[in-house]
Amino acid sequence: MTLTSQLRASAAALTLFTLLLGGAYPAITTIGLQTLSPAAAGGNLVTGGNGEIVGSRLLGQTFTAPRYLWGRPSATGSSPYDASASSGSNLGVNNPTLIDAVKARVAALKAADPGNTASVPVDLVTASASGLDPDISPAAADYQVGRIAKARGLDEAQVRTAIASATSGRTLGLFGDPRVNVLAANMALDKLGQ
Amino acid sequence: MTASLFGWGGLQIAVYLVVLLACVVPLGTFMARVFQGERNLLTPVISPLERLVYAAIGTDADKDMSFRDYAMAVIVFSGASFALLFLMLVGQGLLPFNPQGLPGLTPDLAFNTAVSFVTNTNWQSYAGESTLSYFSQMAGLTVQNFLSAGVGMAVLVAMVRGMTRRKATGIGNFWVDLTRAVLYVLLPLSLLFAFVLGPMGVVQTFAAYVDAHTLEGAKQTIALGPVASQEAIKMLGTNGGGFFNTNSAHPFENPTPFSNFLECLAILLIPAALCHSFGVMVKDRRQGLALIAAMTVVFVPLVLFAASAEQAGNPHLNALGIDQVASTVQPGGNMEGKEVRFGIANSALWAAATTAASNGSVNSMHDSYTPLGGFVPMLLMKFGEVIYGGVGSGLYGMLVFVIVTVFIAGLMVGRTPEYLGKKIQSFEMKMASIAILAPCAVVLIGTAIAVATDSGRAGILNPGAQGFSEVLYAFTSAGNNNGSAFAGLSANTPFYNVALGLCMLIGRYMVLIPALAIGASLAAKNTTPASAGTLPTHTPLFVAVLIGVIILVGVLTYAPSLALGPVIEHFVMIGG
Repeated sequence: MTLTSQLRASAAALTLFTLLLGGAYPAITTIGLQTLSPAAAGGNLVTGGNGEIVGSRLLGQTFTAPRYLWGRPSATGSSPYDASASSGSNLGVNNPTLIDAVKARVAALKAADPGNTASVPVDLVTASASGLDPDISPAAADYQVGRIAKARGLDEAQVRTAIASATSGRTLGLFGDPRVNVLAANMALDKLGQ
Repeated sequence: MTASLFGWGGLQIAVYLVVLLACVVPLGTFMARVFQGERNLLTPVISPLERLVYAAIGTDADKDMSFRDYAMAVIVFSGASFALLFLMLVGQGLLPFNPQGLPGLTPDLAFNTAVSFVTNTNWQSYAGESTLSYFSQMAGLTVQNFLSAGVGMAVLVAMVRGMTRRKATGIGNFWVDLTRAVLYVLLPLSLLFAFVLGPMGVVQTFAAYVDAHTLEGAKQTIALGPVASQEAIKMLGTNGGGFFNTNSAHPFENPTPFSNFLECLAILLIPAALCHSFGVMVKDRRQGLALIAAMTVVFVPLVLFAASAEQAGNPHLNALGIDQVASTVQPGGNMEGKEVRFGIANSALWAAATTAASNGSVNSMHDSYTPLGGFVPMLLMKFGEVIYGGVGSGLYGMLVFVIVTVFIAGLMVGRTPEYLGKKIQSFEMKMASIAILAPCAVVLIGTAIAVATDSGRAGILNPGAQGFSEVLYAFTSAGNNNGSAFAGLSANTPFYNVALGLCMLIGRYMVLIPALAIGASLAAKNTTPASAGTLPTHTPLFVAVLIGVIILVGVLTYAPSLALGPVIEHFVMIGG
């Protein structure tokens, strides 16, 4: 076979496959998923009381006020929880920058809740892989109950109920780890008031 | 630690392996039928489209190609694919489906990305959501995700076909093998998988990024896109290049523990099943079983080793009053660079699976792993991506190791080396040596050049031995066509874009062409019937020797470099 005939065959194959795999396939998938599960296809966006988009159920966002449940540290883009520039910290276990950052996060948690003597769950002071982790562990949520109750003037039991409403177990009792969706928990807390 | 690893974590890993191995026979049988041109489940639906493709390409489906024609078709097609993708990426700003108005890529980044996707490496020098338009993702990357995987399968099928023929000059028709791989295997599985992933939360839209106003009143811009269609083939085709920068750690690529299970399954699904297809095609299923046994025996201990290293956590954090012990209310362990919904076991399992296969996607950040946890993905790549390996490429790489093993075993017992009734002679050994040594050479030489030059050292993030590991990991990943990274390395520089691009090319074609040549050489030989003097290649003994050869080559080649990277870093960690 000559080079010319191989080139011609390659060009034809590329044209056809680009139309099929780069055009028809994503188009069919988009039409199908937009019809079957439009909310999921659009990013599971969550709307607030007056209809504005407050975020996505699947993405974390920054919470710094004592009255809110705090999510995990985030190493995205130029600011935390930048959902247009996902990133982990990529810091190695021995990197002094990581150790110092973790120390500062522990200090900030203690400063916001001086009476809390419990040890800090590791996921609450380490940056997630995506920088957009929507979840914290139940232990990390429990650690914050006292602070939130005080800041909102609520009973700890009420705070725990709100958190429980945003907690999922292992899928089918097996897959993954138990987790608390931080945005959902905070929306439940806001419904309680204060 | 043990409670979690051998409790929930161990159980999840066990279920994963059981489901994976259960898929091997049905999918493997199906693929063997497809590649042998036999009637199968999808024939009524797909065959009209298949004939249309052959007509458009202008190929006679019944006409075989010689080694030279087949290899030339692979090279010319890959070259054309590179050229088209490169132009798309450079000219991105002028093309449609670009709601964020992203500009064209710099030539070095476009070179790196185009090479990366054409060679089935899918190294991410680009950061998806801030670099690539929807058009580039769909018409560029998604298409090459299919085609590079299809090329790998085609070459494997041609090589295996060569082993089954006698005194033949032809090894099949590249266009037929490629078309069948794409139309019968990759496209239907991807379509199905995209429709499974979508409802779980993997986004699929052409709409522009959305601005949200958070509960605390800040603005959050949310990147979207046609992700599900790309995610499906990215996992199934051992591609691994993410739609988003953080790949399958991003909740829009991998939203739930169950999506994670399925995506992780998709990584090894086709490579594992192809072992059975091989057994069917050579009419001795035990041969395929032996290969999958060898792969699994290497894979499982490394998964458990990585999981236990990560679950043990970062000793520096214990002194800070941090609880790293796994319990029913927290994953514990080394959670830097990991997602809560996946925890430790699913992160470590993925890290091992993605590097055992040449997938290279990540659901956790390998650079933040403990030194021994990070050692596992690096080691699996250094075995030459043959532990399951890439779609097609993993098995043809494994068959190269089988040839070497047969040769060594033959020398040890004084028998003529034979495999599947074919004499293994000097030509096959020369080709096998090139295929094994070429990736090793580019990894070590590339790493040496990078750490010896300012432009190489400039990209390093972490200090000390971990910084060296970042460079070593990058060249290991590129030279073996994996695509994962110790992502602290700033690789989007002209130096790394060009150097790693060249490594990917050598790592792909210096294995692919020799593998094809071995197939063609064996096709030309007569088949000798098995006799009492024939060394059986399906026994546990042969599997053990095969594993020994793979480990020996990997360890002898890389022991010094691994000692300078993860091993030193480990002693620094435990030394405080």
